[in-house]
Amino acid sequence: MPMLGIVAVAWFAVLVSAASGLEIRAAVLRVETDRPLPISRLDLPPDDLGFAGAVLATEDNQTTGTFLGMEFSAETRSVTPETALGAIQELRAEGIGIIVLLAPGEEVAALADAAGSDALVLNSGAPDEALREEECRANLLHIGPSRAMLADAVVQFLIWKQWRRLALVHGSHTEDHALAEAYRAAARKFGATIVEEREFVDTGGARRTDTGHVLVQRQMPVFMQDLPGHDAVVVADEADVFAAYLPYHLWFPRPVAGSAGMIPVSWHDAHEAWGATQFQRRFERMAGRGMRQEDYQVWLALRVIGEAVIRTGSADPTQLRDYALSDAFELAAFKGQKVTFRPWNGQLRQPVLLTDRHITVAVSPQEGFLHQVSPLDTLGRDRPETRCTAFGG
Amino acid sequence: MRLTLPILLLAAGPTFANKVFVSNERGNSVTVLDSATWEVIGEFPAGNRPRGIVISPDGSRLYVCASDDDTVRVFDPETYEEIGTLPSGPDPELFVIDASGNPLYVANEDDNLVTVVDVDTRAVLAEVPVGVEPEGMALSPDGAMLVNTSETTNMAHFIDTGSFSIVHNVLVDQRPRYAEFSHDGTKLYVSAEIGGTVAVIDLTGEEPALVKKIGFEVAGVRPEWLQPVGMRLTKDDKRLFVALGPANRVAVIDAETDEVVDYLLVGQRVWQLEFTPDEAFLITTNGNSNDVSIVDVAAEKVIKSVQVGEQPWGVTVAPD
Repeated sequence: MPMLGIVAVAWFAVLVSAASGLEIRAAVLRVETDRPLPISRLDLPPDDLGFAGAVLATEDNQTTGTFLGMEFSAETRSVTPETALGAIQELRAEGIGIIVLLAPGEEVAALADAAGSDALVLNSGAPDEALREEECRANLLHIGPSRAMLADAVVQFLIWKQWRRLALVHGSHTEDHALAEAYRAAARKFGATIVEEREFVDTGGARRTDTGHVLVQRQMPVFMQDLPGHDAVVVADEADVFAAYLPYHLWFPRPVAGSAGMIPVSWHDAHEAWGATQFQRRFERMAGRGMRQEDYQVWLALRVIGEAVIRTGSADPTQLRDYALSDAFELAAFKGQKVTFRPWNGQLRQPVLLTDRHITVAVSPQEGFLHQVSPLDTLGRDRPETRCTAFGG
Repeated sequence: MRLTLPILLLAAGPTFANKVFVSNERGNSVTVLDSATWEVIGEFPAGNRPRGIVISPDGSRLYVCASDDDTVRVFDPETYEEIGTLPSGPDPELFVIDASGNPLYVANEDDNLVTVVDVDTRAVLAEVPVGVEPEGMALSPDGAMLVNTSETTNMAHFIDTGSFSIVHNVLVDQRPRYAEFSHDGTKLYVSAEIGGTVAVIDLTGEEPALVKKIGFEVAGVRPEWLQPVGMRLTKDDKRLFVALGPANRVAVIDAETDEVVDYLLVGQRVWQLEFTPDEAFLITTNGNSNDVSIVDVAAEKVIKSVQVGEQPWGVTVAPD
């Protein structure tokens, strides 16, 4: 049996003493878009969405920073698509080169370009595949899972359950089509069959009406009738138009997964495993509400920065980026294993939680999905398939 | 002269019989084993989510961190009756007790504090602010230095027990869980669960210095499951045992060269470890198989597994 290795420790002599008095300034930019009301009032966005994660991350970083003589700060700004570019320029003029974005996919690349190649931009919102592939940028890292990672996480679970015949229902918005394409790719990748697809067209109108459930109960089963034999229904409704109506309102009694039922997430506020309870409580005490994905992803982005600063003793965005992409980087993120970056496109490798919004149902990657480098790379586009060239790969 | 039957039995045994107390995190109980027979001889309720567990050096009190009750519960190790509680701060997880039996040092994960509690007066003697999510606790052999590890800050904090202030911080790998001093006081080991390493910190210089990181490798086990957690070092400072969590192994490390010499297969998600006082046996708590494994320390072999309560977490053994 091969025994152990002594892990070589190159920089442990800790560059920390040199780092005393180091100031690390970051900003979180949230680009507001006009979105219709969510189907459920539980999903109404809080005013401090994402920003609360920044406050907690800065506190966490500062606790360590205090021991090392470092000072962490994070400015938060809420902007519109029209004022976003100006805000980036202002932040750069202030000397801030670390920028976390919560922005729609179509805004992200332009904002990263505006920040300049000597800035480090962390995408904590947009799940768009293209940002990680054709449109990837060397100064842009992706903290949240991509649509492909989320879809793969769901389909791995369905395959593990031997629920291989899937009915795919998607919405009519651009992002719904993109998500449906991710589910098609996941089905091909893991050997599921999509027996039929349906599109639920958004015809507008009010999202919520008093006693609207009466009509929903009658309409949804009719929409779902006459499907060929299937084991589960997968729903792609990123626009939040109809997915929540599907569980219990199908024609056939089948489980629902995707945008409703069992949902793939980077975080949910019931998650308790791997020490998450203390983390949830810390956040709730501070924010007075549960932690959402946006909060977690901003927290994680700034923790990536904190970890890179603490280990390198530098606040230079380019050095932090290079360290984050190196083999030396690792970060604990309450997911039971370290999270690291894919060096070919800057995507954070991470397990994906599957939740019914009450508990964690399962965590993907699922048992038995093997990979020569990391089982986490069974989720999303892998190195041989990447179209990103900005990272020199 | 009057000899009772149990004493006769005891005298006939090859070793001292010590009570072994195992906290069952999910079972909300403590299971009691006999170290001569490895039979379960009792189980009693121990509050909500019992985790850290330690017996006083004189064997008269059993302290249990009832994490979800935000208190340390104190039990009589003979009658299993609760004899009191100690203020611990919220969500106590692990603690260490001074060799004299007082005070008790508790890690409070929720408050980023180490709480120092006088076990007789129940007074909180000090609260020391440390890193985010304090967890592992260890006392130097002379009791002068307390080490706390913080899971999100990734540091070992060296706390002077005279002034209750932090005098050094050493960065280690991700999610440090447990700290163990060598008995000669020259070394400190810190396990990093997510980092997958054990840091060796040299204490012979002016300041603690990280000199080595011990890595692990088991054929057929994914590297991310090699998650070092609980540790125990023999009194002669020759063998360090490290629980590897979901790898279901205990690593045996030559503590003179700090190299791994063997891996022992134990139960699932092995968490904490404790020796019997004579160091003939090592008990491992296996959280996902609801049992403890018994290791013959001299032979470095697992000799037995014993079912305990649901999700065993911590273990402590009564002194002779």
